[in-house]
Amino acid sequence: MGPVALLTVVVLAVFVGFEVVSKVTSKLHTPLMSGANAIHGIILVGAIIVAGQASDPWVLGIALLAVVLATVNLVGGFVVTDRMLEMFSAHKRARARTGAATADGTAGAGRSGNGGSGGGAAGEGR
Amino acid sequence: MSLLSPEWTALLYLAAAVCFILALKGLSSPRTARRGNAIGAAGALLAVVTVFFSARLENIPLILASIAVGSAIAVPVARRVQMTQMPQLVALFNGVGGGAAALVAVLELGHNEDPWVRLAVVFTMLVGAVSFAGSAVTVGKLQELISTRPLLFPGMPWVMGAVLLGAVISGALVVLTGSLGWSLALLGFGLGAGLLLVLPVGGADVPIVISLLNAFTGLAVAASGVVLGNVLLLVAGTLVGASGTILTKAMASAMGRGVAGILFGAFKGGSTAGSTAVSDRPVRCSSPEDVAVQLGYAQRVVIVPGYGLAVAQGQHTVAELATALAARGVEVVFAIHPVAGRMPGHMNVLLAEADVPYESLRELAEINPEFANTDIALVVGANDVVNPAAKTSPGSPIYGMPILEVVQAQQVVFLKRSMRPGFAGIENELLHDPKTTLLFGDAKDSLSRVLGAVKAL
Repeated sequence: MGPVALLTVVVLAVFVGFEVVSKVTSKLHTPLMSGANAIHGIILVGAIIVAGQASDPWVLGIALLAVVLATVNLVGGFVVTDRMLEMFSAHKRARARTGAATADGTAGAGRSGNGGSGGGAAGEGR
Repeated sequence: MSLLSPEWTALLYLAAAVCFILALKGLSSPRTARRGNAIGAAGALLAVVTVFFSARLENIPLILASIAVGSAIAVPVARRVQMTQMPQLVALFNGVGGGAAALVAVLELGHNEDPWVRLAVVFTMLVGAVSFAGSAVTVGKLQELISTRPLLFPGMPWVMGAVLLGAVISGALVVLTGSLGWSLALLGFGLGAGLLLVLPVGGADVPIVISLLNAFTGLAVAASGVVLGNVLLLVAGTLVGASGTILTKAMASAMGRGVAGILFGAFKGGSTAGSTAVSDRPVRCSSPEDVAVQLGYAQRVVIVPGYGLAVAQGQHTVAELATALAARGVEVVFAIHPVAGRMPGHMNVLLAEADVPYESLRELAEINPEFANTDIALVVGANDVVNPAAKTSPGSPIYGMPILEVVQAQQVVFLKRSMRPGFAGIENELLHDPKTTLLFGDAKDSLSRVLGAVKAL
């Protein structure tokens, strides 16, 4: 991709980033920070690419260290955010029975998403 | 194994990027927050699976083993961490992400001749290293392994200037020569800059710095996307960089501070340093029985929970006390300061954990006008967030921070561990006010004694 196209993508992403969090209540500051923190763990993709192209053992060693660190950021970030939010939604369930079905549905999706990023990739790699 | 075409790879990455946008969007509203997080995790999984099929990679078993190791470290820690230690953990995860980005950039240096790409490499290394070292200091401060007060030494601004100059020079040399030696020097300067950036920040402002470093790591990841020619990293990193910046500003304004003031305020010297001196001025002490009588025969009680409550793991006991008082016909609500605990929104999480009904939580703007017709404000393990100095003494480090105006209540009861000042390291006039009584002791212990006495009334 050319430099101008890259710049276009960056500028648009900046505006989207500003826009999506512009009106968040202070109650959700902690989970939102934690969730955003998990998202930059996607550097894992970069670490995998570098490790996959490494031939020198030193380079491979450092790249694998980057893979471990990035996985901690990515997987840990999503799991811990889910745990914080679980406490909020546990309340909703107690309060309004109607919300119970949706809350349960999301809980299931959350767990498979989180646990899977390690395990799922491990199963399908080769 | 057949590989995905570049078009398919790009489309799958686009889908992952959309997931991340939806995740941030979802996380901004209480109803959709959990689903948002799950969508983000699904996007990350999609992206990680895609990368294995997008290029011919060597060392796949080792990579998978490393992912397994990372998950085996992260999942148990994330599941078991106490809610009070959440800020440290977020800072820790942020730091290792920044470190990973810096390492990826160093390794990619040899593959790139283009000076613009090398500039992106330099940016990633520098910002990733700042984020790594800065996060390490925030973890140390939050765990109280190092002093929570601003740490300064004479000539610190000059040292900071020298480190930044060194970073610029070594960065320029890396762009021109692609030398590995200079890039290691650059990493060193980056780590130094991270330390010097966060050490002077006072304990109360640390959460804002975590958010800022989070945005930094986002930018480092975005730059690594340029280095690797990977649009997903570019988009995801930019999203986090942009939203993290907005979030940092929002948090800072919830505390009535400017971001620049937080980072560089200590350099101006003077009052920001605070004090740890234990005051010897007289205070009125009380007994659990007296507090129980005050509470039990009040009409309206506002409980102000702070970090001390969380440290003592007293959130369940305070919830029980609220129930016991409500059973006696006392109206009980909780006043939640936006930065009660150690991070914005932290106290909401802690009280939710203890099953305190959502309806009895009041935000600062809602509760402040109501303190005037409150019989008793019960302050449990909080100090800075009720300190009138934030309104009355312009020299104070917390001046300008919105506070809960418990000073307006008829009577104030503090449950405190000691006369030691709060996280910001300043004394609280309110403790010496004639209408204030204090009950010393561990918050949970005091609460259960008060609870027992209330039940015996």
